[in-house]
Amino acid sequence: VSHADEAGRAADRVARESYGRLVAFLAVRTRDVAGAEDALSEAFAEALRIWPVDGVPENPDAWLLTVARRRQTDALRRRHTQRAGEEHLTRMADELEAAAREGEIIPDRRLALMFACAHPAIERGMRAPLILQTILRLTAEEIAAAFLIPPATMGKRLVRAKMRTRVAGIPFRIPEQEELPERLQAVLDAIYAAYSKGWNEVGEAGVPEIADEAIWLGRLIVSLMPEEPEAKGMLALMLYAEARRAARRDATGAYVPLEEQDATLWDESQIALAESLLREASRAGPTGRHQLEAAIQSAHTARRLTGRSNWPVVVQLYDHLLALTGSPVVVLNRAVALAEVEGPEAALAAIEPLVADTRMLTYQPYWAAKGHLLARTGADADAAEAYRVAIGLTSDEAVRAYLRGKLASLHQG
Amino acid sequence: MRYMMLIHHDEAALAAAPQKELWAEYGAFNEALSKAGVGMASGERLQPSSAATTVRQANGKTEVLDGPYADTKEQFAGYFFVTVPDLDEAIAWAKRCPSSKYGAIEIRPAFEAQGNRK
Repeated sequence: VSHADEAGRAADRVARESYGRLVAFLAVRTRDVAGAEDALSEAFAEALRIWPVDGVPENPDAWLLTVARRRQTDALRRRHTQRAGEEHLTRMADELEAAAREGEIIPDRRLALMFACAHPAIERGMRAPLILQTILRLTAEEIAAAFLIPPATMGKRLVRAKMRTRVAGIPFRIPEQEELPERLQAVLDAIYAAYSKGWNEVGEAGVPEIADEAIWLGRLIVSLMPEEPEAKGMLALMLYAEARRAARRDATGAYVPLEEQDATLWDESQIALAESLLREASRAGPTGRHQLEAAIQSAHTARRLTGRSNWPVVVQLYDHLLALTGSPVVVLNRAVALAEVEGPEAALAAIEPLVADTRMLTYQPYWAAKGHLLARTGADADAAEAYRVAIGLTSDEAVRAYLRGKLASLHQG
Repeated sequence: MRYMMLIHHDEAALAAAPQKELWAEYGAFNEALSKAGVGMASGERLQPSSAATTVRQANGKTEVLDGPYADTKEQFAGYFFVTVPDLDEAIAWAKRCPSSKYGAIEIRPAFEAQGNRK
């Protein structure tokens, strides 16, 4: 085995395992994400020059960090004029050198970095992409594919968001206790948004990886904040969904809705893990949104044991969720569950208030659910109209085919 | 970091507020600012937008208009500075400022002499 091969493999391994930790460590000190990424990529480039000749250092992380820190200090020095207060610069360099001597123990600052990325002063839609890029080193192209945004646009928006953390003075730290619930929610929302992209857009290339990475981030958050029930709730929620991935398509690739899925295809080990996380979360304290959503998933998976989803419990959980969020999406999902308990007429009455909600006009699940409910009441003409709107709003080919099938069965029946 | 806090008031809402309580609250806020040592004495309260005049020059011609720059419901009403470690602290002061209940406070980092970033 040549030094070059070994060096390349070592660099790959560090890049995969430590990238987020190294960026976080560098960025938290300077509050400059882009600068930290630049310094680290220069350090990787230097590693690929030096390691093949001198061999891989004993502690590659520490080696990279030392080089990156030197680059950071150089960059700072270049940016600062003589007016710049050499004192500040010296203090910074001292701090960096001291950290270098600590060697192998690199403090984990990824949580602080995630809180900065999910700060309310960052555009909501950019929080998840920013976390995916800074912690996981996903490229703008990979993130763009998941978020259905042109890569060049995604790249520009990422650059802007990173600049904003520095210029606006967004703090890199775990918020104070009083702010924590709201801020943590933003971090969890961002990770869940990433997961949802990987879950919903199953047809898009490269997207399932985003779901995997989101689960990885969820595990990271749970390990870094083991006391936070909502973090566990969110990880459980993702695992319940993930457990059903194989059952979402039949052998021909056609879409299979939850209630028609073959429960034997569900991944028992992921469900078991989700259940235990959810139990721990509900013991730990106040029940938040992600825990309730996970509990709803848990009630759905009861079908693998009893043959039937526990619909009355699902409706009750949605009642709590609705009281907590007031969200029209929850009104809709609750109504779908209500249909299984009290029938489609009751469900249609429950979604009546949504008619006036303009957000529902372009919300595909609203029209699909409305189509299903109307079809069950025998209002075929109205159901057909709702299905057609739903088809028009669907971007996933398999889901579109499923809805076309529903529409066709109306005309025959 | 040094932030300018730009106060924008809904002037109608402000006029409808109980004045005595409002300005007592403002007095307390200013005192808290100076006690904390983050405030700057250079803050100003401005006359309402009805007192504003807007000047523009285009193609060598000067245009003078009575009224504020933008005809919006919330009008620029004054400003103060805070020098704090980060945006969260600036947001905390904006939340404490009585004006945030009668409009909005825009937080803008000041350009700083290079290297003076704290």
